Amino acid sequence: MIEKALTGSSKYWAWMAFLAVLVGIGALSYSQQFQYGLGYTGMSRDVSWGLYISQFTFMVGVAAGGVMLVLPYYIHDFKAFHRITILGEFLAIAAVCMCLMFIIADLGQPMRLMNVLLHPTPHSMLFWDMIVLNGYLFLNLLVGWTLVHAEYKSPHRPVPPPKWIKPFIYLSIPWAVSIHTVTAFLYAGLPGRDFWLTAIMAPRFLASAFAAGPSLLVVMALIIKRVTKFDAGQVAIQKLVTIITYAALMNFFFIAMEFFTAFYSNIPGHKATLEYLFWGLDGANSLVPWMRFSMFIGAIAMVMILLPKTRYNEKTLGVACGMLFISLWIDKGLGLVLGGFVPSPTEYITQYYPTAGELAITVGVWAAGFMIVTVLYKIAISVRLNVEN
Amino acid sequence: MDSQRRKFLKMAGLTAVAGMGAPAINMLLKGEVRASETEASTAPALPTKSVKRLGMVVDVNKFGANPGLAQKCVEACHSIHNVPDFRNPDGSIDKKDEVKWIWAEKYEHTFPDASQYKRNVGLEELPVMTFCNHCDDPPCVRACPTQATFKAKDSGIVMMDYHRCIGCRFCMAACPYGARSFNWRDPRPFIKKLNPDFPTRMRGVVEKCTFCAERLAVGKIPACVEATGDTKAMVFGDLNDPNSEISKILASTFTIQRKPFLGTKPSVFYII
Amino acid sequence: MYDKGKIIPGLIIFLGLFTFPLWYNAGNAGNPPKPEKPAGYQKCVRPVEYMRTSHMVLLNQWRDEVIRGDEREMIMIDGKPYPKKLQAGCMGCHADKKKFCDRCHTYASVKPYCWDCHFPPKEKM
Repeated sequence: MIEKALTGSSKYWAWMAFLAVLVGIGALSYSQQFQYGLGYTGMSRDVSWGLYISQFTFMVGVAAGGVMLVLPYYIHDFKAFHRITILGEFLAIAAVCMCLMFIIADLGQPMRLMNVLLHPTPHSMLFWDMIVLNGYLFLNLLVGWTLVHAEYKSPHRPVPPPKWIKPFIYLSIPWAVSIHTVTAFLYAGLPGRDFWLTAIMAPRFLASAFAAGPSLLVVMALIIKRVTKFDAGQVAIQKLVTIITYAALMNFFFIAMEFFTAFYSNIPGHKATLEYLFWGLDGANSLVPWMRFSMFIGAIAMVMILLPKTRYNEKTLGVACGMLFISLWIDKGLGLVLGGFVPSPTEYITQYYPTAGELAITVGVWAAGFMIVTVLYKIAISVRLNVEN
Repeated sequence: MDSQRRKFLKMAGLTAVAGMGAPAINMLLKGEVRASETEASTAPALPTKSVKRLGMVVDVNKFGANPGLAQKCVEACHSIHNVPDFRNPDGSIDKKDEVKWIWAEKYEHTFPDASQYKRNVGLEELPVMTFCNHCDDPPCVRACPTQATFKAKDSGIVMMDYHRCIGCRFCMAACPYGARSFNWRDPRPFIKKLNPDFPTRMRGVVEKCTFCAERLAVGKIPACVEATGDTKAMVFGDLNDPNSEISKILASTFTIQRKPFLGTKPSVFYII
Repeated sequence: MYDKGKIIPGLIIFLGLFTFPLWYNAGNAGNPPKPEKPAGYQKCVRPVEYMRTSHMVLLNQWRDEVIRGDEREMIMIDGKPYPKKLQAGCMGCHADKKKFCDRCHTYASVKPYCWDCHFPPKEKM
């Protein structure tokens, strides 16, 4: 099956070569970071997590988003998702791989990674996160590969996937919820970090995940339709847009709830980070343009996916979903993690600016993720088109 | 032997309930705590998580009355423990790479939640010694995925195992007191004068005050307390022993703790 | 399989080159290192055979006992106490890192990170 990824058009190879260059630059930068230590990044004593952990957190959401396809297709027998569900499962694989790479990039002593297994510590949320993430990776690899393989084996006579795979598919549904819940627990269980200490952290994470993951899928499905003969189908895309709409509305609603609690209660600690993110605190305002831009394009995207005229036009729909994805990426992939460290527990304001090397590593991991998803999609789509012809 | 058997039982139990999720494991862990309390119950049952609960009283006024004392404490600690000194080219502290175990902080930063309107003017200038609280319920220990930071059963000290730390910095996010530092780069070139009797750290691990566990083991008192001499600006002792000097001070003096409402139960008390 | 005639000889040549150092040096262990033992001592804390193969295991065990268990009692050998420590214990007798530690470690091409943090006696000031 893997040979499907080894043949392709010159465009396919040019895309892969482009990604390979980015991965290479990232790998070179990582080797420098490995030699020097994490001081290679812009992180500091006060802002002790940076881009790596914030990207990790966001990508867990993208991985969990795949369940928005699995759930309607397998539980509610929503047939229109037949062709696109595999894209969700394969996207989850790439996203979880990116999560693991970001975690490794963030470790001060990456060679000691296995200490987490050698000294299992159930009271640490990071221990559980490792278990659920690796479990989710395994489940999606198993399910995705088995489904595509069934089509690959008999392209001319469609066969249903083997029965034994069903329990794994059903298990992957609550498992997807668990990965983002546990990731939210990394933050929501810490005393003294008021911005993160909120019971709606996990619900908010899930809402933004169920909007961001499917948004990315819509964008990719529309691109795939242009560059290959594979069409996910208008019904499937529009159903996804419905899901995105509800999830994104919930997400923005949850953000509004955070504002209400902080500002109506008027408790300084709860207001501080929101003020820092949206207005600046004591002159420190590096994230203000980002957060405002995020809300601005998020609002425009919401209008665009609500209006029938822009929703049913593939071009405007693609733009809207892309904008929504970027909006959610800024909100969760930058503001949520980086903002939580401002102000520090001793109420100092330290701003964080990633270094060039840190950006190169981050871009490298993203490129590696795109490589994985490209290869997996190439295989899935080639097999599918082979069946249909 | 005992701790090994307990560890084995814990692991065996963990394996058995692996599929049953967190609540079961939580119960198991609570059961373990209770078991260890009964073992140590020659003394009356203690409300704390260790046999002794070592703690400190810091008298901020005495630091005000003895200019230079705060700096002396910091120097004593940092020179003994090979704590590096990162400086910017202009001589100011490099806040990015900074490593510190104990430092003189302003009142409003050590007690940011106690910033009442119109406070004592003199308080603004007083150096408030700030370091690890060795909490009885430390969130950093809860967060650590490898038990590289842990609570010593006998002393209650929140210890660091630099050999086990993977450098994930979850403990730094979890600590509500900003007591932890990370080695962003190799610290050795930045140590003013190496103390050959105490190891340095390597890059990529978290470090902090350990109440001078290595000095306590040979019958000495913590270096900062020793540096305060007989000023009694810092008093160190066992909070679980009602006859210790520290317990008597706490019983007779008004003291405050940092962010006690977080439930961490700090073992460091301040006389303001 | 396509190109059988090229792939199989290619694989054989590759494997041959790849394993060259193994069979070239087979049966020849080179010059075994002779670490210099401290003069005036008869016994180590464990039998020599054990120390030769497993000193790192013992160091790990000591660290866990001292740091995590607060079990700091000395090890008594012929009435003399030895602390369970690398710097103050082992290096107290094996004072020359270059002639003791490094000779074997260089031979076996292992690079323990002990000295990233701990000081060998020579660096004493």
